[in-house]
Amino acid sequence: MGKKILMKGNEAVAEAAIRAGCKYFFGYPITPQNEIPEYMSRELPKRGGVYLQAEAEFAAANMLYGAAGSGVRVMTSSSSPGISLMAEGISYMIGAQLPCVIVNMVRGGPGLGNIAPAQSDYMQAVKGMCHGDVHLIVLAPSSVQEAVDLMYDAFDMADLYRNPVLLLGDGMIGQMMEPVEFKESTNKNLPPKTWATTGTRNSPDGKRRIINSLSIEPEDLENLNIEIQKKYKTIVEKEIRYEEYKMSKDLDIIFASYGTTSRIVKYVIKKLEEEGIKAGLIRPITLWPFPEKIFENWAENSKAKFFLTVEMSAGQMIEDVKLSINGKKPVYFYGRTGGMVPEPKEIIDYAKSLLKK
Amino acid sequence: MHEEIIMAGFGGQGVMLLGKFISEAAMEEGKEVSWLPSYGPEMRGGTANCHVIVSDEPIASPIITESSILIAMNRPSLEKFEKTLKKDGILFMNSSIIDIEPSRKDIRVYKVPLNEIANRLGSQKIINMIMAGALIAVTKIVSLETMKNVFEENLTGSKAKFIDLNIKSMDEGINYIKNNYNI
Repeated sequence: MGKKILMKGNEAVAEAAIRAGCKYFFGYPITPQNEIPEYMSRELPKRGGVYLQAEAEFAAANMLYGAAGSGVRVMTSSSSPGISLMAEGISYMIGAQLPCVIVNMVRGGPGLGNIAPAQSDYMQAVKGMCHGDVHLIVLAPSSVQEAVDLMYDAFDMADLYRNPVLLLGDGMIGQMMEPVEFKESTNKNLPPKTWATTGTRNSPDGKRRIINSLSIEPEDLENLNIEIQKKYKTIVEKEIRYEEYKMSKDLDIIFASYGTTSRIVKYVIKKLEEEGIKAGLIRPITLWPFPEKIFENWAENSKAKFFLTVEMSAGQMIEDVKLSINGKKPVYFYGRTGGMVPEPKEIIDYAKSLLKK
Repeated sequence: MHEEIIMAGFGGQGVMLLGKFISEAAMEEGKEVSWLPSYGPEMRGGTANCHVIVSDEPIASPIITESSILIAMNRPSLEKFEKTLKKDGILFMNSSIIDIEPSRKDIRVYKVPLNEIANRLGSQKIINMIMAGALIAVTKIVSLETMKNVFEENLTGSKAKFIDLNIKSMDEGINYIKNNYNI
């Protein structure tokens, strides 16, 4: 670890990507993530990489596909509407089993929406990004340092599982400055990319490689699906991450929250504590795979009256919380939309009103 | 220590940079810090603000709902954010251009005529650093020495010539407080 420096989330994510070995960046500008392409355009060419501004987001996604096929580390970043435009290309990458890292600094929706922070793309990220039976590994940082650390892991996971990995932040994570420290590089031992199109002279068996996301024969396509689902099963077994904050058996309330909102919830928990109300937080760090078991365990082993999910959306992660808890406790929701950030007092008042029920 | 500071003004008055420099200095002194900007389609003459938290403890939410310190560089900022101040909170206001009195009576108020002082120094671009001096004189949130280091780290190359002016501006802010208030 180096010296602590004060850095904007967006710039820190870009720096982490370069240190993690990212060599190609393709993207198209959109607020509130513009500091990522800006930083990449300035720094990547100096450090042995290529920055290319695409003519649109769907072009960027297909440039990613091509570059990822050659086995180098590639990434793009965008914000909500831009990610929607990339969806087709992302499905192709999953079909062709190509690694890449995508950053979504979410802004208020729907449509062009606005540029304020939001968490309204949860469903898109973890369930409905694109066509086909697909998943992205979805990582949700709650601080600039965590965003940096997760970027290294994102590149490693993408290579290990040959699947796109999505870092799901929001406008606030992108825009705020916090102290960060950078590791020099990733250190995982990863399998060689023998599938990459590096030319017959470079391939171990001297044969050409074909990267394709089209399998006309249903049998072939089913086999591909089986292979992909097997991979997803391994990811579910190995990669689930979460944080438990002030969790214990004798709580009154268990909060569920991720990313920026989880920080507001931590403040809420401290305030409730001052009033004698005991609350804890389960913060999923991987949104897919979702930490189902930890929710189920606490639903079974805690005296808490209910779960309260807090999001900057109309209620999206709450569905995964409910599925995990499977009716063992009531699950309530508090959220704001359109780029509005929930204030601690609103959450505190709502939590207290539920306790009186 | 735990200070939650809202810094607000017109775009171009340098509140974002003021927040960044204070955050950086506090970080160098081993504090936990966060700097959260208002962002958007803003421009010179529009409004801008940032939330800066400096604390001995890890920072939960970077969003300030109750501030301990407010720096108001113009009248709209005072009107908008005065209500966020805690009881006994500290208000620094740019008395050169704010032509109203604060409505709160339960806060400490420091009026600094930033633009007049800046005129004397020959540059309007450094009103933010005059305010930094006032802030440091009253709250000791960071040391003068660390701020000087921050200037040196940030103002390099063609900007290095501005280091002295920034230090001088900060000193002027400190002197103004010392000469006009009992601290």
